[in-house]
Amino acid sequence: MKNNTILRTERLHAHYILDVYGKAKVIKAVNDVDLAIQEDEIYGIAGESGCGKSTLLKALAAAVEPPLRIISGRVTYRIAGAEVDVSTLTQEEKRKLRMEYIAYVPQGSMSVLNPVSRIRDTYRDFIESHISVHQKGEAFALAKEHLTELGLPVKILDAYPHQLSGGMRQRVTIALATLLKPRIIIGDEPTTALDVVVQRGVVQLLKDVQAKLKNTIVLVTHDMGVHANIADRIGIMYAGKIVEEAPTEKIFSAPTHPYTHYLINSLPKFGDKSPRESVPGSPPSLANLPTGCPFHPRCPHVMDICKQEMPGYTQVASNHKVACWLVGEGTHGKAA
Amino acid sequence: MKLFRDLLRDYRFAFAFGVLCILVAFALLSFFSPYDPSRWGQVPRDLRPSAQHWLGTDSNGQDIFWTATFAVRNSLIIAVIAGVVSRIIAVIVGMVAGYKGGTWDRVLMFFSDSLLVIPLFLIIVMMAMLIRASLNLVTLGLLLAFFGWAWDARLIRSQILSLREREFTQTAILSGASTFKLVINEYMPYTTPLIFSTLINNMAWAIGLEITLAILGLLDLATPTLGTMLYWAINYQAILLGRWWWVMTPITLSVALFIALYWLSVSISEYLDPRTRVQRVGAG
Amino acid sequence: MEKLLEVEHLTKTFTLGSVISRVRITAVDDISFYIKPAEIFALAGESGCGKSTTARIIMGFEHATSGTIIHSGKKEAKNEKVWFTEGIQAIFQDPFATFNPLRMVEQYFFETIQNYKLAKSKREAIERIDAKLRLVGLTYEDLAGKYPSEFSGGQLQRISIARALLTDPQLIIADEPVSMVDASLRMSIVNLFKQLRDELGVSVLYITHDLATAYYVCDRIAIMFRGKIVEMGTVEQVLMAPKHPYTQLLRASIPEADTAHRWQGEIRLSDTEQDEYLRQGCRFAGRCPMVMDVCRRVTPPQFDVDGALVACHLYAETKQ
Repeated sequence: MKNNTILRTERLHAHYILDVYGKAKVIKAVNDVDLAIQEDEIYGIAGESGCGKSTLLKALAAAVEPPLRIISGRVTYRIAGAEVDVSTLTQEEKRKLRMEYIAYVPQGSMSVLNPVSRIRDTYRDFIESHISVHQKGEAFALAKEHLTELGLPVKILDAYPHQLSGGMRQRVTIALATLLKPRIIIGDEPTTALDVVVQRGVVQLLKDVQAKLKNTIVLVTHDMGVHANIADRIGIMYAGKIVEEAPTEKIFSAPTHPYTHYLINSLPKFGDKSPRESVPGSPPSLANLPTGCPFHPRCPHVMDICKQEMPGYTQVASNHKVACWLVGEGTHGKAA
Repeated sequence: MKLFRDLLRDYRFAFAFGVLCILVAFALLSFFSPYDPSRWGQVPRDLRPSAQHWLGTDSNGQDIFWTATFAVRNSLIIAVIAGVVSRIIAVIVGMVAGYKGGTWDRVLMFFSDSLLVIPLFLIIVMMAMLIRASLNLVTLGLLLAFFGWAWDARLIRSQILSLREREFTQTAILSGASTFKLVINEYMPYTTPLIFSTLINNMAWAIGLEITLAILGLLDLATPTLGTMLYWAINYQAILLGRWWWVMTPITLSVALFIALYWLSVSISEYLDPRTRVQRVGAG
Repeated sequence: MEKLLEVEHLTKTFTLGSVISRVRITAVDDISFYIKPAEIFALAGESGCGKSTTARIIMGFEHATSGTIIHSGKKEAKNEKVWFTEGIQAIFQDPFATFNPLRMVEQYFFETIQNYKLAKSKREAIERIDAKLRLVGLTYEDLAGKYPSEFSGGQLQRISIARALLTDPQLIIADEPVSMVDASLRMSIVNLFKQLRDELGVSVLYITHDLATAYYVCDRIAIMFRGKIVEMGTVEQVLMAPKHPYTQLLRASIPEADTAHRWQGEIRLSDTEQDEYLRQGCRFAGRCPMVMDVCRRVTPPQFDVDGALVACHLYAETKQ
């Protein structure tokens, strides 16, 4: 079989090591994460705030800076058929990869768009810093062509960011991130601050972009509704670990991990007013994780072994793996 | 007490606090002085430092060590009066302008802006000349206080303006808190670091201005302060005549005082900064 | 019919810009609604639709340009910043901003009791605090001596509700109470509202953009768009059979956590918000798929369509 994995992590541990007035504090944000994200795939990472999903994205985007450190494991990209370990790249190589190979779409667009310059100037600066433009106006033509391709009005190039609505700004940011046709797009809650109608427009744009470029999107959001609408595969993250990973339909139709189960069943649905329950308790602090399975203090099916040992993955179906003692004693990841 | 122990871990605070303690102790020694600071010719003039006169004597016939104890004490008194009184004005003006807004804000900010745009130094020199006869430690402190609050009132006002929009303000109002309670309970924790750091900066400013006014000869030169000591040293050409002990004593003391106050201000405001405080509260 | 709170012809205009280029924006435009005792009423819409401004006016943090608010038959007294906080309490969107991070959470509880003279002794105060905290699944022990940063968002939001309950209010205004709470914990908050309504007879004005939780928890709902109420009725009427084209768009845009109901088709978005505020006639006319001539000229009145109020010219034939 052809190897289509474009982005891979192997037993990745990434922790924040902070110094709070003389006391060292370790925040275990990413713990033992194995991902194998394919080409031409939209991979969703779902989890609550403080589950480490944003940190995982930083590691995936090769944007690890102190106090965040990769403790062990590695992140690899497949560039032109060869697997490249991200940690071996120099700063300059990383800078070149950024936006051309891997693009990042943040939650707020204001950190990307310069508030005091017109959109066209932001585009021009961006284009000129990445590709050599010989003629004046060539960058502008390129920007115009790209916007038309994505179905955005060209007149926005003459606007300042504050003149655009929040949804338009976010779409302009996505257009900017995809200008150089990157192979991987990483989105950190790109639709979270938006209204539902606008959110739908932004998700629509992301899907269009992916369909055109046939590239990979890694999308982090806590909104299961967005995942249901866009993702091909979903990884459920809890306390720095991927506890369940399956194709989107499986996650919603047959959630196996008790946490996933709660997550799906606590979502209100139209036309169904039956009482719904939240996950009991509160998410654990990443600075002070419980022993064994991190979900055990909140789990209704907790057993003795859950308190002592972290379960490995069990392959419950093809492409569907779960880290829970309820579904047997899996070996770590590579079993299947 | 925990606060103090935390602070001492910061080397800047530890150093500044140590220096300040020594200076205050030094100033307190003035109460045991064998000489009257207002009388001249009590000791032989222009002696080098010796076992009997640790820092030598000056051309007025005063013992420099004991005069310096009075000088530090008096300079600190002026600084504390100026700092504390101007803080009180700044806090009241800033909070009323920030919280009440509207007309209150406009009127109070008109006053503070007026003070900010006039050439302060010239005005103070003029005022000092006019009321020179009645200028003692307290009136000088008050004079400096009157001119030293405007900028800090603006800072406090802007901070209150942003705090007023935070949701916990609404929670407090819904809890039935009166305006006074709201300001004291909710906003004071945020403004305290600002008040502290500006207090210390203001004290340093007052000491500096006192020295300037004294060198210009505008103060009561019979009262020893860091400024008047320097005035006499310059007046008698102490540098030219090689009486370094006379010049160096007030200069060293002033520099030590300035550095101590500056580091104290930096370390305390960093410690009290709400952002780092929230972190520490969370860390237990 | 008994009404706990009545809002009549409420209007709020803001003036934006400098002296030279002044723009007046009507954030809330002549809206009327009422809340019955023991009822959860939703005011829903997208950001900038005026729902939060309406809430702020009812809480007394903002003055209305015109219109009246009647609470238990009493009109709002002018020039009084907080006019009936004992009867109306509120909880806010960001649980971490609700309490001052530099103060212990319990201080707000003791201050509320002190300010409203709800207890005679410290012991009585603690008993009352404990009783209210138990309603939200916590105890005084959980709270004592702790700072806001020591709680999770969901816990803080429940603490916030307990604080609001201290004065035994008849109405709680909840401004986006779950939008910043993790999805897995949202239900524990909205279930509380149901419980308060059923057990204590407390009404809730639920301000939200999340129609799914609104459907789950609310009795009646009003959909706002650019300062206007475009549709109002029971949640079954409005959300299961939306009549206004805007409500229909909104309803169709909600991402349902169900892979069988993925979004179909494309949608049109507005480029700038100001245009829609300043638009004459119906403000949705620029995006409405069923727009008619009259929509661009005349502001549609509210028509009664099968018991629901709909502000749309499409329903002009039915009786007004």
